[in-house]
Amino acid sequence: MAIPIAHYLAVAAILFTLGIFGIFLNRKNVIVILMSIELMLLAINLNFVAFSAYLGDLAGQVFAMFVLTVAAAEAAIGLAILVVYFRNRGSIEVEDINLMKG
Amino acid sequence: MPDLAPAMTEILLICVAMALLMLGAFRGEEPGASRLVTPLAVMALVIGLFILLVGEKSESLAFEGQFVQDAFAIYLKILILAGAAACLLLTPAFLQRERIERFEYPVLALFSTVGMLLMVSANSLVALYLALELQSLPLYVMTAFHRDQTRSTEAGLKYFVLGALASGLLLYGCSLVYGFTGTLSFEGLASALAPAADGTRTISTGVLIGLVFIAAGLAFKLAAVPFHMWTPDVYEGAPTPVTAFLAAAPKVAAMGLTLRVFYQPFGAWAPEWQQILVFISIASMLLGAFAAIGQSNIKRLLAYSAIGHIGYALVGFAAGTQQGVHGVLVYLAIYLIMTVGTFACVLVMRRKGQAVEQIEDLAGLANHQPMLAAAIAIFMFSLAGIPPLAGFFGKLYVFMAAVQANLVPLAVIGVLASVVGAYYYLRIVKLMYFDESSQVLDRPIGREFSIILGAAAIFNLVFCLAPSWLLGQAQRAAAALLT
Repeated sequence: MAIPIAHYLAVAAILFTLGIFGIFLNRKNVIVILMSIELMLLAINLNFVAFSAYLGDLAGQVFAMFVLTVAAAEAAIGLAILVVYFRNRGSIEVEDINLMKG
Repeated sequence: MPDLAPAMTEILLICVAMALLMLGAFRGEEPGASRLVTPLAVMALVIGLFILLVGEKSESLAFEGQFVQDAFAIYLKILILAGAAACLLLTPAFLQRERIERFEYPVLALFSTVGMLLMVSANSLVALYLALELQSLPLYVMTAFHRDQTRSTEAGLKYFVLGALASGLLLYGCSLVYGFTGTLSFEGLASALAPAADGTRTISTGVLIGLVFIAAGLAFKLAAVPFHMWTPDVYEGAPTPVTAFLAAAPKVAAMGLTLRVFYQPFGAWAPEWQQILVFISIASMLLGAFAAIGQSNIKRLLAYSAIGHIGYALVGFAAGTQQGVHGVLVYLAIYLIMTVGTFACVLVMRRKGQAVEQIEDLAGLANHQPMLAAAIAIFMFSLAGIPPLAGFFGKLYVFMAAVQANLVPLAVIGVLASVVGAYYYLRIVKLMYFDESSQVLDRPIGREFSIILGAAAIFNLVFCLAPSWLLGQAQRAAAALLT
Protein backbone atom coordinates (compact mmCIF):
# COMPACT_ATOMS: atom_id res chain seq x y z
CA MET A 1 0.00 0.00 0.00
CA ALA A 2 1.47 3.30 -1.10
CA ILE A 3 1.69 6.11 1.44
CA PRO A 4 -0.17 9.18 0.13
CA ILE A 5 1.87 12.32 -0.59
CA ALA A 6 0.15 14.35 2.13
CA HIS A 7 1.89 12.26 4.79
CA TYR A 8 5.31 12.97 3.37
CA LEU A 9 4.51 16.68 3.19
CA ALA A 10 3.28 16.70 6.79
CA VAL A 11 6.46 15.03 8.05
CA ALA A 12 8.61 17.43 6.05
CA ALA A 13 6.66 20.43 7.31
CA ILE A 14 7.02 19.26 10.93
CA LEU A 15 10.76 18.70 10.54
CA PHE A 16 11.18 22.08 8.87
CA THR A 17 9.29 23.83 11.66
CA LEU A 18 11.38 21.99 14.25
CA GLY A 19 14.49 23.28 12.49
CA ILE A 20 13.27 26.87 12.59
CA PHE A 21 12.29 26.60 16.26
CA GLY A 22 15.65 25.02 16.97
CA ILE A 23 17.33 28.18 15.70
CA PHE A 24 15.13 30.67 17.52
CA LEU A 25 14.29 28.96 20.80
CA ASN A 26 17.70 27.41 21.34
CA ARG A 27 19.53 29.08 24.23
CA LYS A 28 22.35 26.57 24.57
CA ASN A 29 25.11 26.54 21.99
CA VAL A 30 25.79 27.17 18.35
CA ILE A 31 26.34 23.53 17.36
CA VAL A 32 22.63 22.95 17.95
CA ILE A 33 21.91 25.81 15.53
CA LEU A 34 24.07 24.17 12.85
CA MET A 35 22.18 20.90 13.41
CA SER A 36 18.88 22.74 13.08
CA ILE A 37 19.97 24.17 9.74
CA GLU A 38 20.82 20.67 8.53
CA LEU A 39 17.44 19.46 9.74
CA MET A 40 15.69 22.18 7.70
CA LEU A 41 17.61 21.31 4.54
CA LEU A 42 16.88 17.60 4.96
CA ALA A 43 13.18 18.31 5.44
CA ILE A 44 13.26 20.25 2.17
CA ASN A 45 14.96 17.34 0.45
CA LEU A 46 12.22 15.05 1.68
CA ASN A 47 9.73 17.45 0.14
CA PHE A 48 11.55 17.48 -3.19
CA VAL A 49 11.88 13.72 -3.39
CA ALA A 50 8.25 13.13 -2.39
CA PHE A 51 7.02 15.60 -5.01
CA SER A 52 9.36 14.12 -7.59
CA ALA A 53 8.02 10.60 -7.03
CA TYR A 54 4.45 11.86 -6.98
CA LEU A 55 4.81 13.84 -10.22
CA GLY A 56 6.93 11.21 -11.94
CA ASP A 57 9.44 13.95 -12.77
CA LEU A 58 13.17 13.51 -12.15
CA ALA A 59 13.99 17.22 -11.82
CA GLY A 60 13.07 17.25 -8.14
CA GLN A 61 15.53 14.49 -7.32
CA VAL A 62 18.26 16.28 -9.24
CA PHE A 63 17.51 19.40 -7.20
CA ALA A 64 17.75 17.30 -4.00
CA MET A 65 21.26 16.18 -5.04
CA PHE A 66 22.33 19.79 -5.51
CA VAL A 67 20.86 20.72 -2.13
CA LEU A 68 22.84 17.92 -0.45
CA THR A 69 26.06 19.19 -2.04
CA VAL A 70 25.44 22.79 -1.03
CA ALA A 71 24.45 21.69 2.48
CA ALA A 72 27.81 19.95 2.86
CA ALA A 73 29.68 23.08 1.76
CA GLU A 74 27.56 25.21 4.04
CA ALA A 75 28.21 22.97 7.05
CA ALA A 76 31.95 23.08 6.36
CA ILE A 77 31.96 26.88 6.22
CA GLY A 78 29.75 27.15 9.29
CA LEU A 79 32.02 24.93 11.36
CA ALA A 80 35.12 26.78 10.15
CA ILE A 81 33.66 30.13 11.19
CA LEU A 82 32.62 28.60 14.51
CA VAL A 83 36.17 27.38 15.13
CA VAL A 84 37.75 30.82 14.53
CA TYR A 85 35.05 32.36 16.70
CA PHE A 86 35.76 29.91 19.50
CA ARG A 87 39.49 30.70 19.33
CA ASN A 88 38.77 34.38 19.92
CA ARG A 89 35.96 34.16 22.41
CA GLY A 90 36.60 30.88 24.20
CA SER A 91 32.90 29.99 24.20
CA ILE A 92 30.17 28.98 21.79
CA GLU A 93 27.22 29.69 24.08
CA VAL A 94 24.48 31.53 22.21
CA GLU A 95 24.19 34.04 25.05
CA ASP A 96 27.83 35.03 24.68
CA ILE A 97 27.37 36.18 21.07
CA ASN A 98 26.58 39.70 22.16
CA LEU A 99 29.58 41.89 21.35
CA MET A 100 27.40 43.96 19.05
CA LYS A 101 23.88 44.81 20.07
CA GLY A 102 21.01 43.56 17.97
CA MET B 1 28.39 21.35 -28.91
CA PRO B 2 26.31 23.55 -26.61
CA ASP B 3 26.37 27.27 -27.20
CA LEU B 4 28.34 28.81 -24.33
CA ALA B 5 28.77 32.28 -25.82
CA PRO B 6 26.11 33.96 -23.63
CA ALA B 7 27.91 32.84 -20.47
CA MET B 8 31.37 33.93 -21.64
CA THR B 9 31.95 36.40 -18.79
CA GLU B 10 31.04 33.92 -16.07
CA ILE B 11 33.18 31.17 -17.58
CA LEU B 12 36.15 33.53 -17.86
CA LEU B 13 35.80 34.73 -14.28
CA ILE B 14 35.40 31.28 -12.75
CA CYS B 15 38.47 30.02 -14.66
CA VAL B 16 40.50 33.04 -13.53
CA ALA B 17 39.33 32.55 -9.94
CA MET B 18 40.48 28.92 -9.94
CA ALA B 19 43.77 29.78 -11.62
CA LEU B 20 44.42 32.50 -9.03
CA LEU B 21 43.59 30.05 -6.26
CA MET B 22 46.26 27.69 -7.59
CA LEU B 23 48.71 30.56 -7.99
CA GLY B 24 48.07 31.60 -4.40
CA ALA B 25 48.27 28.03 -3.12
CA PHE B 26 51.72 27.56 -4.65
CA ARG B 27 53.09 31.01 -3.82
CA GLY B 28 50.94 31.93 -0.83
CA GLU B 29 53.83 31.87 1.62
CA GLU B 30 55.63 34.65 -0.22
CA PRO B 31 54.54 38.11 0.98
CA GLY B 32 54.03 39.40 -2.57
CA ALA B 33 51.43 36.76 -3.53
CA SER B 34 48.36 38.76 -2.58
CA ARG B 35 49.80 41.93 -4.14
CA LEU B 36 49.97 39.96 -7.38
CA VAL B 37 46.56 38.28 -7.13
CA THR B 38 44.46 41.39 -6.45
CA PRO B 39 45.41 43.32 -9.62
CA LEU B 40 44.92 40.17 -11.69
CA ALA B 41 41.43 39.71 -10.21
CA VAL B 42 40.54 43.34 -10.94
CA MET B 43 41.83 42.91 -14.49
CA ALA B 44 39.65 39.82 -14.97
CA LEU B 45 36.60 41.76 -13.79
CA VAL B 46 37.37 44.60 -16.23
CA ILE B 47 37.85 42.15 -19.12
CA GLY B 48 34.54 40.52 -18.22
CA LEU B 49 32.96 43.96 -18.31
CA PHE B 50 34.28 44.57 -21.84
CA ILE B 51 33.04 41.17 -23.04
CA LEU B 52 29.57 42.19 -21.87
CA LEU B 53 29.81 45.64 -23.45
CA VAL B 54 30.73 44.37 -26.91
CA GLY B 55 28.68 41.15 -26.72
CA GLU B 56 25.28 40.19 -28.09
CA LYS B 57 22.48 42.27 -26.54
CA SER B 58 19.45 40.24 -27.65
CA GLU B 59 18.00 37.46 -25.53
CA SER B 60 19.82 34.14 -25.65
CA LEU B 61 19.74 30.97 -23.56
CA ALA B 62 22.52 28.61 -22.47
CA PHE B 63 22.90 25.44 -20.37
CA GLU B 64 19.58 23.87 -21.42
CA GLY B 65 17.66 27.04 -20.65
CA GLN B 66 18.98 27.37 -17.09
CA PHE B 67 20.83 30.56 -17.98
CA VAL B 68 19.39 33.55 -19.78
CA GLN B 69 21.26 36.55 -21.11
CA ASP B 70 19.21 39.61 -22.05
CA ALA B 71 19.46 43.40 -21.90
CA PHE B 72 18.17 43.32 -18.31
CA ALA B 73 20.86 40.89 -17.18
CA ILE B 74 23.60 42.75 -19.06
CA TYR B 75 22.65 46.09 -17.49
CA LEU B 76 22.82 44.64 -13.97
CA LYS B 77 25.97 42.64 -14.69
CA ILE B 78 27.80 45.77 -15.79
CA LEU B 79 26.82 47.43 -12.51
CA ILE B 80 27.90 44.38 -10.49
CA LEU B 81 31.26 44.05 -12.21
CA ALA B 82 32.00 47.76 -11.90
CA GLY B 83 31.01 47.77 -8.22
CA ALA B 84 33.02 44.64 -7.42
CA ALA B 85 36.11 45.93 -9.26
CA ALA B 86 35.96 49.30 -7.48
CA CYS B 87 35.59 47.64 -4.06
CA LEU B 88 38.42 45.24 -4.81
CA LEU B 89 40.69 48.15 -5.78
CA LEU B 90 40.06 49.77 -2.39
CA THR B 91 40.93 46.66 -0.34
CA PRO B 92 44.71 46.01 -0.48
CA ALA B 93 45.70 49.20 1.37
CA PHE B 94 43.33 48.41 4.24
CA LEU B 95 44.25 44.73 4.53
CA GLN B 96 47.94 45.61 4.45
CA ARG B 97 47.62 48.03 7.36
CA GLU B 98 45.50 45.58 9.37
CA ARG B 99 48.07 42.85 8.63
CA ILE B 100 45.46 40.46 7.23
CA GLU B 101 46.70 40.58 3.65
CA ARG B 102 46.03 37.14 2.22
CA PHE B 103 45.58 36.01 -1.36
CA GLU B 104 42.26 34.29 -0.54
CA TYR B 105 40.46 37.61 -0.34
CA PRO B 106 40.39 38.48 -4.06
CA VAL B 107 39.70 34.84 -4.94
CA LEU B 108 36.67 34.74 -2.64
CA ALA B 109 35.50 38.07 -4.02
CA LEU B 110 35.74 36.69 -7.57
CA PHE B 111 33.72 33.59 -6.68
CA SER B 112 31.09 35.73 -5.02
CA THR B 113 30.96 38.02 -8.07
CA VAL B 114 30.38 35.03 -10.36
CA GLY B 115 27.53 34.02 -8.06
CA MET B 116 26.02 37.48 -8.43
CA LEU B 117 26.30 37.36 -12.23
CA LEU B 118 24.60 33.97 -12.28
CA MET B 119 21.86 35.30 -10.00
CA VAL B 120 20.73 37.92 -12.48
CA SER B 121 20.87 35.34 -15.28
CA ALA B 122 19.11 32.51 -13.42
CA ASN B 123 16.26 31.06 -15.42
CA SER B 124 15.13 28.19 -13.22
CA LEU B 125 14.70 27.52 -9.53
CA VAL B 126 17.81 25.29 -9.46
CA ALA B 127 19.96 28.00 -11.04
CA LEU B 128 18.46 30.55 -8.66
CA TYR B 129 19.36 28.54 -5.56
CA LEU B 130 22.85 27.55 -6.68
CA ALA B 131 23.73 31.09 -7.76
CA LEU B 132 22.46 32.50 -4.49
CA GLU B 133 24.61 30.07 -2.50
CA LEU B 134 27.66 30.69 -4.67
CA GLN B 135 27.26 34.37 -3.87
CA SER B 136 26.58 33.93 -0.14
CA LEU B 137 29.12 31.31 0.94
CA PRO B 138 32.22 33.38 0.04
CA LEU B 139 30.60 36.42 1.67
CA TYR B 140 30.27 34.57 5.01
CA VAL B 141 33.98 33.77 4.90
CA MET B 142 34.92 37.32 3.87
CA THR B 143 32.91 38.74 6.79
CA ALA B 144 34.94 36.62 9.21
CA PHE B 145 38.15 37.47 7.34
CA HIS B 146 39.77 39.27 10.26
CA ARG B 147 40.03 35.95 12.02
CA ASP B 148 41.93 37.19 15.07
CA GLN B 149 39.28 39.77 15.88
CA THR B 150 36.24 38.70 17.90
CA ARG B 151 34.01 41.34 16.30
CA SER B 152 34.68 40.15 12.76
CA THR B 153 34.22 36.46 13.54
CA GLU B 154 31.06 37.18 15.51
CA ALA B 155 29.67 39.08 12.54
CA GLY B 156 30.60 36.16 10.28
CA LEU B 157 28.84 33.70 12.59
CA LYS B 158 25.66 35.78 12.77
CA TYR B 159 25.63 36.33 9.02
CA PHE B 160 26.14 32.62 8.42
CA VAL B 161 23.36 31.43 10.74
CA LEU B 162 20.78 33.94 9.50
CA GLY B 163 21.87 33.48 5.87
CA ALA B 164 21.48 29.73 6.10
CA LEU B 165 18.05 30.19 7.66
CA ALA B 166 17.03 32.46 4.76
CA SER B 167 18.31 29.95 2.20
CA GLY B 168 16.25 27.31 3.96
CA LEU B 169 13.10 29.42 3.74
CA LEU B 170 13.73 30.14 0.07
CA LEU B 171 14.35 26.50 -0.68
CA TYR B 172 11.20 25.36 1.12
CA GLY B 173 9.29 27.81 -1.05
CA CYS B 174 10.98 26.40 -4.15
CA SER B 175 9.97 22.86 -3.16
CA LEU B 176 6.34 23.89 -2.72
CA VAL B 177 6.24 25.77 -6.02
CA TYR B 178 7.83 22.78 -7.75
CA GLY B 179 5.38 20.34 -6.18
CA PHE B 180 2.27 22.30 -7.04
CA THR B 181 3.25 23.27 -10.60
CA GLY B 182 5.45 20.33 -11.58
CA THR B 183 8.19 22.42 -13.18
CA LEU B 184 11.38 24.20 -12.15
CA SER B 185 12.04 26.38 -15.20
CA PHE B 186 10.84 29.99 -15.22
CA GLU B 187 9.12 29.62 -18.61
CA GLY B 188 7.29 26.53 -17.37
CA LEU B 189 6.21 28.34 -14.22
CA ALA B 190 5.05 31.36 -16.20
CA SER B 191 2.82 29.23 -18.42
CA ALA B 192 1.56 27.14 -15.50
CA LEU B 193 0.58 30.25 -13.55
CA ALA B 194 -0.77 32.27 -16.50
CA PRO B 195 -4.48 33.11 -16.50
CA ALA B 196 -6.78 30.81 -18.45
CA ALA B 197 -8.04 31.75 -21.92
CA ASP B 198 -11.10 33.51 -20.50
CA GLY B 199 -8.94 35.63 -18.20
CA THR B 200 -9.77 33.92 -14.90
CA ARG B 201 -6.86 33.19 -12.60
CA THR B 202 -6.79 30.18 -10.36
CA ILE B 203 -4.75 30.82 -7.22
CA SER B 204 -3.34 27.60 -5.85
CA THR B 205 -2.77 27.83 -2.09
CA GLY B 206 0.34 25.68 -2.23
CA VAL B 207 2.00 27.91 -4.81
CA LEU B 208 0.95 31.00 -2.89
CA ILE B 209 2.59 29.72 0.30
CA GLY B 210 5.67 28.84 -1.73
CA LEU B 211 5.73 32.36 -3.16
CA VAL B 212 5.61 33.85 0.34
CA PHE B 213 8.55 31.67 1.45
CA ILE B 214 10.55 32.66 -1.65
CA ALA B 215 9.75 36.33 -1.00
CA ALA B 216 10.97 35.96 2.60
CA GLY B 217 14.25 34.37 1.49
CA LEU B 218 14.88 37.06 -1.11
CA ALA B 219 13.93 39.86 1.30
CA PHE B 220 16.66 38.57 3.60
CA LYS B 221 19.26 38.82 0.85
CA LEU B 222 18.03 42.36 0.15
CA ALA B 223 18.14 43.24 3.86
CA ALA B 224 14.54 44.46 3.74
CA VAL B 225 12.41 44.70 6.89
CA PRO B 226 11.36 42.31 8.56
CA PHE B 227 14.43 40.30 7.52
CA HIS B 228 17.00 43.03 8.14
CA MET B 229 18.22 42.08 11.63
CA TRP B 230 21.59 40.80 10.44
CA THR B 231 22.50 43.97 8.55
CA PRO B 232 23.69 46.38 11.30
CA ASP B 233 25.80 43.77 13.10
CA VAL B 234 27.39 42.41 9.93
CA TYR B 235 28.11 45.90 8.56
CA GLU B 236 29.67 46.96 11.84
CA GLY B 237 31.65 43.80 12.54
CA ALA B 238 33.01 42.99 9.09
CA PRO B 239 36.31 44.57 8.01
CA THR B 240 35.44 47.84 6.24
CA PRO B 241 36.40 46.73 2.67
CA VAL B 242 34.14 43.70 3.12
CA THR B 243 31.31 45.96 4.28
CA ALA B 244 31.80 48.07 1.16
CA PHE B 245 31.74 44.96 -1.02
CA LEU B 246 28.68 43.63 0.79
CA ALA B 247 26.78 46.91 0.53
CA ALA B 248 27.31 47.47 -3.18
CA ALA B 249 27.20 44.62 -5.67
CA PRO B 250 25.24 41.88 -3.80
CA LYS B 251 22.32 44.28 -3.29
CA VAL B 252 22.18 44.91 -7.05
CA ALA B 253 22.29 41.18 -7.75
CA ALA B 254 19.63 40.32 -5.18
CA MET B 255 17.33 43.03 -6.52
CA GLY B 256 17.88 41.79 -10.09
CA LEU B 257 17.05 38.23 -9.09
CA THR B 258 13.95 39.33 -7.17
CA LEU B 259 12.75 41.42 -10.12
CA ARG B 260 13.16 38.51 -12.51
CA VAL B 261 11.41 36.00 -10.23
CA PHE B 262 8.45 38.26 -9.54
CA TYR B 263 7.98 39.74 -13.00
CA GLN B 264 8.62 36.65 -15.13
CA PRO B 265 7.37 33.39 -13.55
CA PHE B 266 5.02 35.11 -11.10
CA GLY B 267 4.14 38.02 -13.38
CA ALA B 268 0.50 36.96 -13.62
CA TRP B 269 0.18 37.15 -9.84
CA ALA B 270 1.16 40.79 -9.52
CA PRO B 271 -1.89 41.72 -7.39
CA GLU B 272 -0.88 39.09 -4.82
CA TRP B 273 2.79 39.96 -4.47
CA GLN B 274 2.18 43.69 -4.69
CA GLN B 275 0.64 43.62 -1.20
CA ILE B 276 3.72 41.89 0.22
CA LEU B 277 6.06 44.36 -1.45
CA VAL B 278 4.12 47.44 -0.40
CA PHE B 279 4.38 46.29 3.22
CA ILE B 280 8.10 45.44 2.99
CA SER B 281 8.82 48.72 1.27
CA ILE B 282 7.01 50.90 3.83
CA ALA B 283 8.54 49.03 6.77
CA SER B 284 12.06 49.29 5.32
CA MET B 285 11.79 52.99 4.57
CA LEU B 286 10.49 53.82 8.04
CA LEU B 287 12.98 51.64 9.88
CA GLY B 288 15.86 52.99 7.78
CA ALA B 289 14.78 56.54 8.58
CA PHE B 290 14.14 56.24 12.33
CA ALA B 291 16.60 53.58 13.54
CA ALA B 292 19.61 55.37 12.02
CA ILE B 293 19.07 58.51 14.07
CA GLY B 294 20.57 57.18 17.30
CA GLN B 295 23.64 55.52 15.78
CA SER B 296 27.16 56.65 16.62
CA ASN B 297 29.11 54.16 14.50
CA ILE B 298 29.26 55.23 10.86
CA LYS B 299 29.17 51.68 9.48
CA ARG B 300 26.08 50.93 11.57
CA LEU B 301 24.50 54.16 10.37
CA LEU B 302 25.19 53.19 6.76
CA ALA B 303 23.61 49.78 7.41
CA TYR B 304 20.33 51.42 8.41
CA SER B 305 20.71 53.80 5.50
CA ALA B 306 21.06 50.77 3.17
CA ILE B 307 17.86 49.25 4.61
CA GLY B 308 16.07 52.51 3.88
CA HIS B 309 17.42 52.71 0.34
CA ILE B 310 16.27 49.18 -0.43
CA GLY B 311 12.84 50.34 0.78
CA TYR B 312 12.88 53.24 -1.71
CA ALA B 313 13.92 50.93 -4.55
CA LEU B 314 11.07 48.57 -3.63
CA VAL B 315 8.61 51.46 -4.08
CA GLY B 316 9.25 51.24 -7.83
CA PHE B 317 9.19 47.45 -7.65
CA ALA B 318 5.77 47.43 -5.96
CA ALA B 319 4.34 49.58 -8.76
CA GLY B 320 4.42 46.48 -10.95
CA THR B 321 4.79 48.44 -14.21
CA GLN B 322 7.58 48.82 -16.74
CA GLN B 323 8.08 52.36 -15.50
CA GLY B 324 8.52 50.99 -11.99
CA VAL B 325 11.19 48.53 -13.11
CA HIS B 326 12.90 51.37 -14.96
CA GLY B 327 12.89 53.41 -11.75
CA VAL B 328 14.38 50.52 -9.75
CA LEU B 329 17.16 50.00 -12.29
CA VAL B 330 18.10 53.70 -12.31
CA TYR B 331 17.97 53.70 -8.50
CA LEU B 332 20.29 50.69 -8.29
CA ALA B 333 22.91 52.30 -10.53
CA ILE B 334 22.89 55.53 -8.53
CA TYR B 335 22.81 53.69 -5.19
CA LEU B 336 25.81 51.59 -6.20
CA ILE B 337 27.90 54.64 -7.05
CA MET B 338 26.88 56.53 -3.91
CA THR B 339 27.67 53.50 -1.73
CA VAL B 340 31.09 52.84 -3.23
CA GLY B 341 31.96 56.53 -2.80
CA THR B 342 30.73 56.67 0.79
CA PHE B 343 32.63 53.56 1.80
CA ALA B 344 35.78 54.83 0.12
CA CYS B 345 35.47 57.79 2.52
CA VAL B 346 34.95 55.47 5.52
CA LEU B 347 38.03 53.50 4.47
CA VAL B 348 40.28 56.56 4.61
CA MET B 349 39.12 57.49 8.13
CA ARG B 350 42.25 56.83 10.19
CA ARG B 351 43.89 58.47 13.15
CA LYS B 352 47.55 57.77 13.96
CA GLY B 353 47.38 54.69 11.75
CA GLN B 354 44.34 53.23 13.53
CA ALA B 355 41.04 52.84 11.68
CA VAL B 356 38.31 54.88 13.39
CA GLU B 357 34.61 54.56 12.66
CA GLN B 358 32.75 56.84 15.06
CA ILE B 359 30.77 59.67 13.52
CA GLU B 360 32.34 62.14 15.99
CA ASP B 361 35.73 61.39 14.48
CA LEU B 362 34.65 63.38 11.43
CA ALA B 363 34.26 66.60 13.43
CA GLY B 364 36.12 69.55 12.00
CA LEU B 365 37.25 67.60 8.95
CA ALA B 366 36.55 70.53 6.61
CA ASN B 367 39.37 72.59 8.19
CA HIS B 368 42.04 69.96 7.71
CA GLN B 369 40.99 68.12 4.57
CA PRO B 370 38.60 70.26 2.56
CA MET B 371 38.56 67.94 -0.47
CA LEU B 372 37.62 64.82 1.51
CA ALA B 373 35.01 66.75 3.48
CA ALA B 374 33.51 68.09 0.25
CA ALA B 375 33.31 64.57 -1.18
CA ILE B 376 31.60 63.22 1.95
CA ALA B 377 29.21 66.17 1.89
CA ILE B 378 28.30 65.43 -1.74
CA PHE B 379 27.60 61.77 -0.93
CA MET B 380 25.54 62.66 2.13
CA PHE B 381 23.44 65.19 0.22
CA SER B 382 23.00 62.65 -2.56
CA LEU B 383 22.00 59.85 -0.15
CA ALA B 384 19.50 62.24 1.42
CA GLY B 385 18.05 62.87 -2.04
CA ILE B 386 18.62 66.61 -2.30
CA PRO B 387 18.40 68.04 -5.83
CA PRO B 388 20.28 68.45 -8.13
CA LEU B 389 22.43 65.49 -7.01
CA ALA B 390 22.02 62.01 -8.48
CA GLY B 391 20.29 60.55 -5.42
CA PHE B 392 17.35 62.87 -5.98
CA PHE B 393 16.72 61.52 -9.48
CA GLY B 394 16.83 57.93 -8.25
CA LYS B 395 14.04 58.70 -5.79
CA LEU B 396 12.15 60.83 -8.32
CA TYR B 397 11.74 58.00 -10.83
CA VAL B 398 10.58 55.37 -8.31
CA PHE B 399 8.11 57.74 -6.64
CA MET B 400 6.79 58.87 -10.05
CA ALA B 401 6.20 55.25 -11.05
CA ALA B 402 4.35 54.59 -7.79
CA VAL B 403 2.10 57.62 -8.30
CA GLN B 404 1.23 56.57 -11.84
CA ALA B 405 0.41 53.04 -10.62
CA ASN B 406 -2.13 54.55 -8.17
CA LEU B 407 0.04 53.93 -5.13
CA VAL B 408 -0.01 57.56 -3.96
CA PRO B 409 0.07 56.72 -0.20
CA LEU B 410 3.22 54.66 -0.75
CA ALA B 411 4.94 57.56 -2.51
CA VAL B 412 3.85 60.00 0.22
CA ILE B 413 5.27 57.76 2.96
CA GLY B 414 8.46 57.49 0.91
CA VAL B 415 8.84 61.26 0.69
CA LEU B 416 8.18 61.66 4.42
CA ALA B 417 10.69 58.94 5.29
CA SER B 418 13.36 60.60 3.17
CA VAL B 419 12.75 63.89 4.99
CA VAL B 420 13.34 62.12 8.32
CA GLY B 421 16.39 60.38 6.82
CA ALA B 422 17.85 63.71 5.71
CA TYR B 423 18.35 64.58 9.39
CA TYR B 424 21.12 62.11 10.04
CA TYR B 425 22.85 62.67 6.72
CA LEU B 426 22.89 66.41 7.30
CA ARG B 427 24.15 65.91 10.86
CA ILE B 428 27.35 64.43 9.42
CA VAL B 429 27.77 67.47 7.14
CA LYS B 430 27.19 69.77 10.13
CA LEU B 431 29.81 67.89 12.18
CA MET B 432 32.40 68.24 9.43
CA TYR B 433 31.84 71.90 8.69
CA PHE B 434 30.72 73.56 11.91
CA ASP B 435 32.22 71.54 14.77
CA GLU B 436 35.76 71.71 16.13
CA SER B 437 37.90 68.74 16.96
CA SER B 438 41.11 68.50 18.94
CA GLN B 439 42.28 65.45 17.04
CA VAL B 440 42.94 65.33 13.33
CA LEU B 441 42.41 62.43 10.94
CA ASP B 442 45.43 61.19 8.99
CA ARG B 443 45.83 62.47 5.47
CA PRO B 444 44.53 59.85 3.02
CA ILE B 445 47.10 57.98 1.02
CA GLY B 446 46.69 56.05 -2.19
CA ARG B 447 45.93 57.16 -5.71
CA GLU B 448 43.16 54.59 -6.18
CA PHE B 449 41.16 56.19 -3.36
CA SER B 450 41.36 59.65 -4.90
CA ILE B 451 40.37 58.34 -8.34
CA ILE B 452 37.35 56.34 -7.13
CA LEU B 453 36.23 59.04 -4.69
CA GLY B 454 36.58 61.75 -7.31
CA ALA B 455 34.82 59.76 -10.03
CA ALA B 456 31.89 58.92 -7.74
CA ALA B 457 31.57 62.50 -6.52
CA ILE B 458 31.68 63.92 -10.06
CA PHE B 459 29.07 61.40 -11.21
CA ASN B 460 26.76 62.53 -8.41
CA LEU B 461 27.29 66.19 -9.33
CA VAL B 462 26.91 66.04 -13.10
CA PHE B 463 24.28 63.32 -13.42
CA CYS B 464 21.56 65.95 -13.74
CA LEU B 465 23.25 67.45 -16.82
CA ALA B 466 23.28 64.29 -18.93
CA PRO B 467 21.00 61.64 -17.47
CA SER B 468 19.70 60.39 -20.83
CA TRP B 469 22.33 57.70 -21.43
CA LEU B 470 21.71 55.88 -18.15
CA LEU B 471 17.95 56.37 -18.47
CA GLY B 472 17.96 54.93 -21.99
CA GLN B 473 19.94 51.86 -20.94
CA ALA B 474 17.63 51.27 -17.98
CA GLN B 475 14.60 51.70 -20.25
CA ARG B 476 15.90 49.04 -22.63
CA ALA B 477 16.68 46.70 -19.72
CA ALA B 478 13.20 47.17 -18.19
CA ALA B 479 11.57 46.49 -21.57
CA ALA B 480 13.60 43.28 -21.91
CA LEU B 481 12.39 42.05 -18.51
CA LEU B 482 8.72 42.57 -19.28
CA THR B 483 8.54 40.93 -22.69
